[in-house]
Amino acid sequence: MAVAVIRNSAPFLRGLAVFAFAIGLWQLIVWATGVPHFILPGPERVWRALVNSHAMILDNAWITFGQILIGLVLGASLGIITAIQLAMSPLARMVMRPILVFAQAIPIFALAPILTLWLGYGMGSKIVMVILIIYFPVASSFFDGLMRTPRGWLDLAQVMGATHNRALFLLRAPHALPSLASGLRLAAVYAPFGAVIGEWVGASKGLGYLMLLANGRAQTDLMFAALFVLAAFTVLLYLAIDRAAAALTNRFTEPSG
Amino acid sequence: MAGASAQKTTGAGVVSAPGTVPAITLEGEGYSGAARLFAPLTLQVPAGRWTGLLGASGVGKSTLLRVIAGLETGVRFVGHVRASDGLPLTGRVALMAQSDLLVPWRDILGNVTLGATLRGTRPDRDRAMALLESVGLTDHARKRPHMLSGGQRQRVALARTLMEDRPVILLDEPFSALDARMRAQMQELAGELLAGRTVLLVTHEPAEAARLSHAAWLMSAQGLEALDLPDTPPVRDLEDTDFLTAQAALFRRLRARDPGVGFAGGEGA
Repeated sequence: MAVAVIRNSAPFLRGLAVFAFAIGLWQLIVWATGVPHFILPGPERVWRALVNSHAMILDNAWITFGQILIGLVLGASLGIITAIQLAMSPLARMVMRPILVFAQAIPIFALAPILTLWLGYGMGSKIVMVILIIYFPVASSFFDGLMRTPRGWLDLAQVMGATHNRALFLLRAPHALPSLASGLRLAAVYAPFGAVIGEWVGASKGLGYLMLLANGRAQTDLMFAALFVLAAFTVLLYLAIDRAAAALTNRFTEPSG
Repeated sequence: MAGASAQKTTGAGVVSAPGTVPAITLEGEGYSGAARLFAPLTLQVPAGRWTGLLGASGVGKSTLLRVIAGLETGVRFVGHVRASDGLPLTGRVALMAQSDLLVPWRDILGNVTLGATLRGTRPDRDRAMALLESVGLTDHARKRPHMLSGGQRQRVALARTLMEDRPVILLDEPFSALDARMRAQMQELAGELLAGRTVLLVTHEPAEAARLSHAAWLMSAQGLEALDLPDTPPVRDLEDTDFLTAQAALFRRLRARDPGVGFAGGEGA
């Protein structure tokens, strides 16, 4: 019967039920093993840290959220512009492609210290981290979509006397929007990594910074509290982008069936 | 871009043929790498008439159509294409393929006016609506393509082709994805609406070539051979005995040309 209830409930409620179950299990493990709270605090302790330190957590959270969102917008824009440039010009493809592949081979996380050195401890170095991390998935997914325009449409456009740019913006780009949407989904998940890694390397504010600080002081409950705020934000960001992406895909493709 | 409308539309004449309709002559041979795909041949497409080009899949008939359309073929074509009036064909050709190629995010009216939008000119919506009426889809103008049946979608493609108002129409297996009843209907509609234009119909379907063409050719690796058709003007009645006899004869010639094809191979370029 319990299974039937879970199966029939809305996805949101189902998610909530699974979440509640995980919290319960976590509390149970803490009780059963008697592990010290500075190693693994129970959910109730983390909740108290969240409530008691909410002002400090929020203060740092806005910084991190800001970095993520600004980096996401800038990185996605750069990726989109790059993809269109590459699709428009064979010369750009010839010059840029090897550079892009090489750039992608560099582990971006390894750049965090140098970015901090160049751009300082402020938000700038973290925003650039986010941009670097999401740029390639966005650019390559959109570019792939642009290069997969059905042959027949291009023939039709040519016979109709369309200019290359009009065919690009009126046929190829709309057709590639679902591909861009999957790139943006990836970006939503990657972007928070970038911001947090940047903060770990050197920052004076932000959730990543707070987590590092709390960890150093054995305030594990505070660290978990900050982690959950970040995770909650990431999930909300993903859901928002996923909804937008699904709407985009639905608008620009043939519904199947 | 070239390709301004060759005539003004007048009342009922929304689908009437444009002023100067050229004949087309294609001469040449095709290579795929070093291998010869088809021997030197001459294809005459007389002005204002339907010319059927029948052949087995992969024999290169679509290549000839694409050469006339000025499209990339993936085949090295050595030869030339000439219009009877000596003017270039660019901007005077409209294309209709087996796939309707409707754009899913534009509504039906938006699909019919796609050409104008792609050229950056203002679409003539009244004319588009008149054309939608002529293919019986007035009520569907605001719907998205996925809401229409396969036959309706192909009628939208026909309206889009007519909207271009080009004197030369290239049809590449345009009705082969439809069921038999729908195909017969589309053949009649296209025959009526495209009358007076220079039409090249590429098909692997003997019945289609026999029903719609004033003259038809069989294409094979050896070149082109003329096919016998009834004296009656197309579109020929489905139950007409002369048409049925001609269809059978075409079928026999088609099979005789490619005896060894069997079940292998699909549709080529």
